[in-house]
Amino acid sequence: MQTKIRLQREEFDAAVETAALTRDRTDIGALVTFTGICRGAEAGEPIAALTLEHYPGMAEAEIARHVEEAKARWPLMGVTVIHRYGRIAPGENIVLVVTASSHREAAFAAAEFLMDYLKTQAPFWKQVEAATGKTWVEAKDADDLAVARWRKPEAAE
Amino acid sequence: MKLVYFAWVRERVGKADEDIVPPPSVTTVAELMRWLGTRGEEYAHAFEHSKSIRAAIDKSHVRPDTAIAGAREIAFFPPMTGG
Repeated sequence: MQTKIRLQREEFDAAVETAALTRDRTDIGALVTFTGICRGAEAGEPIAALTLEHYPGMAEAEIARHVEEAKARWPLMGVTVIHRYGRIAPGENIVLVVTASSHREAAFAAAEFLMDYLKTQAPFWKQVEAATGKTWVEAKDADDLAVARWRKPEAAE
Repeated sequence: MKLVYFAWVRERVGKADEDIVPPPSVTTVAELMRWLGTRGEEYAHAFEHSKSIRAAIDKSHVRPDTAIAGAREIAFFPPMTGG
């Protein structure tokens, strides 16, 4: 089981990361890749950039905790999570989640699970930079609902 | 104990972190937020909607009724918007 978690200011290459996960292996039958990309407009308004603030130490720990949970729930053969911080221009990557398994169900489910948790539980905050000024992105109820569907009955709060 | 602030909580308080010694009567995260809100205009503004502020003790998410005894670092921040 190959696990890679990285927080970085620099851009990443999703193709390089997926190749690294499958190199010299013949047991992986399914690879799901999700890349979150900075949009050039928010609610119809053009934006100059996003700035991502994070809580060093806790961000890594939260991601690692959820990767461990994903590994416990699905038969995964590899997981890569990369999350950028700092200023990100439209068109640039923000986040990468890659999950590998022998079959697609586990890879799809684990990737979606990890993204839902990253959006609501990992300590990152997005600020939008536009012509009108800088504003913090507000958390969406839809993201909380998305994460709620993964909660096991015994773990419900 | 050390307090750290993020995003608009940090901007409103006007600093990223500070060391504080709360009075003995302050025992939970919610009480700490209430007490911080009395420390001046910036704090009152930062903590006026304390229900929408999340907290972490020593880098783990906690609920408002969590005891703060023994905490080394307590963080306050808005709901997260990563991913």
